Amino acid sequence: MEKLIVLCLKFIILCGTVDAVFEDQVGKFDWRQQYVGKVRFSHFDTHMQSSKKVLLATENNVFAAINTRTGELFWRHVDKAGQEGSIDAFLQHGQDAVLVVGDGRVLRSWDINIGGLNWEIVLDSGSFQSACLVGQQDNVKHVAVLKKTAISLHYLSNGHQKWIENLPESDTVDYQVVYSGGNGEVYALGVVPHSHITIVVYSVEDGEISVEAPWLSDIQASCAVVDQGILTCVDSATVSLYMLDLHVQSQMTQIPLQSLGFEAAPGFHPALVSTQPNPARPPLSEFFLQLGPEHYLLLQLNNGQIVTLRDFKPAMLVSFATTGEKTVAAVMSPKNKTASTLNLFSAETGRRLLDTTLIFNMDPYGGKPEKLHVQAFLKKDDSVGYRVMVQTEDHTLTFIQQPVLNRVHYNTAFILPLRDGLFSMVLKRLSSQFILLQAWVAHLWKLFYDARQPRSQVKNDVTIENLSRDEFNLQKMMVMVTASGKAVTLHNDKLSTSVLSETQFSLCFFSVKLFGIDSKTGSILWRHYLDDIPSNAAFKLIVQRTTAHFPHPPQCTLLIKDKDTGLATLHVFNPIFGKKSHVTPPTMTQPILQSIILPLMDQDYAKVLLLVDDQYKVSAFPSTKNVLQQLQDMASSIYFFLVDSDQGRLSGYRLRTDLSTELIWEVVVPTEVQRIVSVKGKRPNEHVHSQGRVMGDRSVLYKYLNPNLLAVVTESTDLHQERSFIGITLIDGVTGRIFHNAVQRKARGPVHVVHSENWVVYEYWNTKSRRNEFSVIELYEGMELYNSTVFSSLDRPHAPQVLQQSYIFPSSISAMEATLTEKGITSRHLLIGLPSGGILSLPKMFLDPRRPEIVSEQIREENLILYAPELPIRTEWFINYNQSVSGVRGIYTAPSGLESTCLVVAYGLDIYQTRVYPSKQFDVLKDDYDYMLISSVLFALFFATMISKRLAEVKLLNRAWR
Amino acid sequence: MARLLPFNIAVVSTVFLFVCTKSVCCNNGRRVGDALDTEFSGFSVPLEHSFEVDDVAKFRVRGALLLKAGREPSVLLNQNQLSEEDRTKLKEVAAVDGLYRIQVPRVFLLADRQTERQMEGYLTAFVRACAMVESHLSDSITLHTDVSGYLIGVSIVTLPGACRGTEVEDEVDLEVFNTTLHVMPPVNATGPGTAWFIERMEQESEKKSKNPQEQKSFFAKYWYLILGGAIFLMASNSAQPPAGGGREQS
Repeated sequence: MEKLIVLCLKFIILCGTVDAVFEDQVGKFDWRQQYVGKVRFSHFDTHMQSSKKVLLATENNVFAAINTRTGELFWRHVDKAGQEGSIDAFLQHGQDAVLVVGDGRVLRSWDINIGGLNWEIVLDSGSFQSACLVGQQDNVKHVAVLKKTAISLHYLSNGHQKWIENLPESDTVDYQVVYSGGNGEVYALGVVPHSHITIVVYSVEDGEISVEAPWLSDIQASCAVVDQGILTCVDSATVSLYMLDLHVQSQMTQIPLQSLGFEAAPGFHPALVSTQPNPARPPLSEFFLQLGPEHYLLLQLNNGQIVTLRDFKPAMLVSFATTGEKTVAAVMSPKNKTASTLNLFSAETGRRLLDTTLIFNMDPYGGKPEKLHVQAFLKKDDSVGYRVMVQTEDHTLTFIQQPVLNRVHYNTAFILPLRDGLFSMVLKRLSSQFILLQAWVAHLWKLFYDARQPRSQVKNDVTIENLSRDEFNLQKMMVMVTASGKAVTLHNDKLSTSVLSETQFSLCFFSVKLFGIDSKTGSILWRHYLDDIPSNAAFKLIVQRTTAHFPHPPQCTLLIKDKDTGLATLHVFNPIFGKKSHVTPPTMTQPILQSIILPLMDQDYAKVLLLVDDQYKVSAFPSTKNVLQQLQDMASSIYFFLVDSDQGRLSGYRLRTDLSTELIWEVVVPTEVQRIVSVKGKRPNEHVHSQGRVMGDRSVLYKYLNPNLLAVVTESTDLHQERSFIGITLIDGVTGRIFHNAVQRKARGPVHVVHSENWVVYEYWNTKSRRNEFSVIELYEGMELYNSTVFSSLDRPHAPQVLQQSYIFPSSISAMEATLTEKGITSRHLLIGLPSGGILSLPKMFLDPRRPEIVSEQIREENLILYAPELPIRTEWFINYNQSVSGVRGIYTAPSGLESTCLVVAYGLDIYQTRVYPSKQFDVLKDDYDYMLISSVLFALFFATMISKRLAEVKLLNRAWR
Repeated sequence: MARLLPFNIAVVSTVFLFVCTKSVCCNNGRRVGDALDTEFSGFSVPLEHSFEVDDVAKFRVRGALLLKAGREPSVLLNQNQLSEEDRTKLKEVAAVDGLYRIQVPRVFLLADRQTERQMEGYLTAFVRACAMVESHLSDSITLHTDVSGYLIGVSIVTLPGACRGTEVEDEVDLEVFNTTLHVMPPVNATGPGTAWFIERMEQESEKKSKNPQEQKSFFAKYWYLILGGAIFLMASNSAQPPAGGGREQS
């Protein structure tokens, strides 16, 4: 009987959390945006004339096809994250796309029409160098893969290995390039740095070494094969071109650029761009020589003589494109500040083709063009038309088609920089005053719109019109900072390019209308590209003023910090329109250690941002007299802490009235044993509704709600599976008092932590049992509260009771966050991003250290679930049903105006936004609620009481007369 | 008893905590230079304190911590009395709401030699000076160590902890420290209780198997259903018209 009751209880609890999505609700309250990442390789689908497909292989290990007309994804394949799934090479022939994945681990062939896998083979181990298609007699049947020590040839049709040969002297020679000119021979080009080039020639049929030709040469810098197998190299030291016929092994001929009448820009490394339209034929004899950042030359190799076809100066980007027998060169040259022109030139003659000029308008807030991809095609009148894909620094692709002149922007990357664990995103609340702002905006917009009537196609501006506050504050502004600051070496032919760091900073708006039939699903309202961002920048986004203070515009501040030097800059802007604010941020000459947002406000209602520099001096922004006065008054109650994970030091400081600081506590974790991996405080906007938990016997167990509590997670430096451990320490951020110091033995990171209310949940990898485990720590004051009116860290002598319990979780996780609601009445759920792309909403009730092992009357009274070591994953807990979110890096939650509703954004490669109702929609009436019936019943009752009252009075009167 | 049941884990962890904690009462009022207990062969590090009106830390010796190295580190504290001068100063600091800080050097408790024990730097903590005065110098100091025996932090609290502004009249109250000292090694966090859960499952299945009603075989349990089904089948077979059979044969 007992068991039955418990079972029923469980059932009821589980039923309470079941929250299904009906088919007609799909996409009503949520949206998903899929991205591909920063493009590394791209090819237009050229085998069909009318194809509008472009194939992209990206840094985020994504292989995708995009519609050039609409910018939509045809299909997308996301490989494993990190080095294991990185795409090293991308070759395309006809309908097949051949990829080398994971540093030469796997060779894959995809069908580009449907995105299906043709075949996949595992290659022999060895570090990947280069790959090329090998053709013979106008047929391309093989693909050659060059590795550090071996070269192998595979059939294009099924991937089987035809032969593999070890490369001679591979320990000294660095083989870098494989080349085939369509004559049945494969050339592997290697270099001994500062010494000589080695060329090994293999015959396609049997793979026999036919000749080996070592000879002295200069450093191989950037080379290209042009014409009938002429290896052409350019050297910046001697400012000359070197030429070598691969078939006739002779001395390298040196041609100084000066003898040709060229002058390279000082300090610039010249580069070569050549083209080989068909792998079964040798490359063209025309090639580009880049002499300066904006200087290109179109050259032709004619019987060993270099002929200059055309000089392009200034030219930003160049590219070759081939259609049929015609090869054209596309050149992008700057026109003015916001636009550049694109022209086609005949590759053979260097003549400009008529009617091929395109204007490319650059977004003033976007990045500069970075790469140019051109697809040429023959029109009916035999003239050449072309499509262009321009890749800009802010990870945007722009497609321009010449005859139709339509352009499509496509954002490739939206990767958020969460390596540093700083909050990079803020969900901003549009408060009640927004209606005022909206009226004002509408007015401004009207003026603005009338002024520029003809150009109404700009999508971004239209949505601003629809900015309006909805009934329940479900409409929020979302600010996102994206970055991918990586130096990448590209293996495209013989050119090694270093892509400098770039950062895109953009702001999105999503209007999730309550009755949203045509809801604007996550469209980007504006974007702003910030240049001069250091490659290893850390970001922190701070809301200084919300929209509640009309007529002051809302204000956000982005703190950009160079991780190496510690120097920081501030970017202050209006989050609604993205405009840079008139407020001039202070210039900081000292490295910044910490930034703190205070609840203090200046006379303009902007919250005060404190910046602590490396001299432990504090500066305030805004730093008006009013603010400084307030700071002086409050100084003795402002405490902050600094974490130095390199030295394992946590130190607490107190502010003095002269804005200097004093060290008040110090905790040092020896770095020889363990290192601090994360320090988690509580969310400042978190509300806890109930102070305690009512127990089965009607007594109250009070929660220990210390807003200054920090959860410090450490990982052992010893990674041996028997000795590794993770440590969790709970420290008061004001006094530095350690409340709880525990170690989880035989455990390893990565550790995901959520710290909220009176609990800390963390997830780790158990090395002994080889499984993921969750552990929950809850803190209680006990049966009575020490000081129920106000909490002060300085006056809490009793340490809290610590309860802990652990569970097995059947999956690894990639991100974790807790739901957050306006008043904290709604029960909490944990949102867990799984590597499979699902987002699981796990009730906190399952992670409760008071889950008992034995049933008793009081347990039943308290609604506790019996302890089971394994946490279940139920399919109905996935909040994103079939909308998988690839590569989840983080989840952000924000409260809405409705207590029952919490807004969730999961981000990573994709962005997914939805609402969750942890306790179901207890404060919302159903859609089919019968207002008519209830109001008519009310009215009827009201009138009935009135009438009966009157009747009763009459009756009483009559009785009195009697 | 019933009330304690939900606290099962609480009790376990608390007990564990107490087991781990070496609670040591300290010898108050002794000079640092006094002869130490001979059987207590450890090493001593200074416990320093600072309380200044201008809040610029100037640490002076408050006492000596006698640490006994070994697997289970224990600690003794010898403390000086507060001098007349210090007492007035402490009261002055308390009046301006200054801080009373303590610091101990970073030490490694498990090392054998003195040279290996000391490390660079100090660990500091503080309480409000007024709390120190109002609690009549009764404080509780906890030394936290990590897994390998390094001292990672020190905490100090006074009992009572509040500053109510009550005047401490008697000078004698501020003479002698009344200190409780703990050394707190990290607690081992519990893993999932699988062994216990499996045991419970086994017990349940055992109970089930012992139950005579469930031990019966399938036929014994459902004989009436099977019989009923069989009769029904037979009845329906016999009721079948012979014409059907004829069709089958043809």
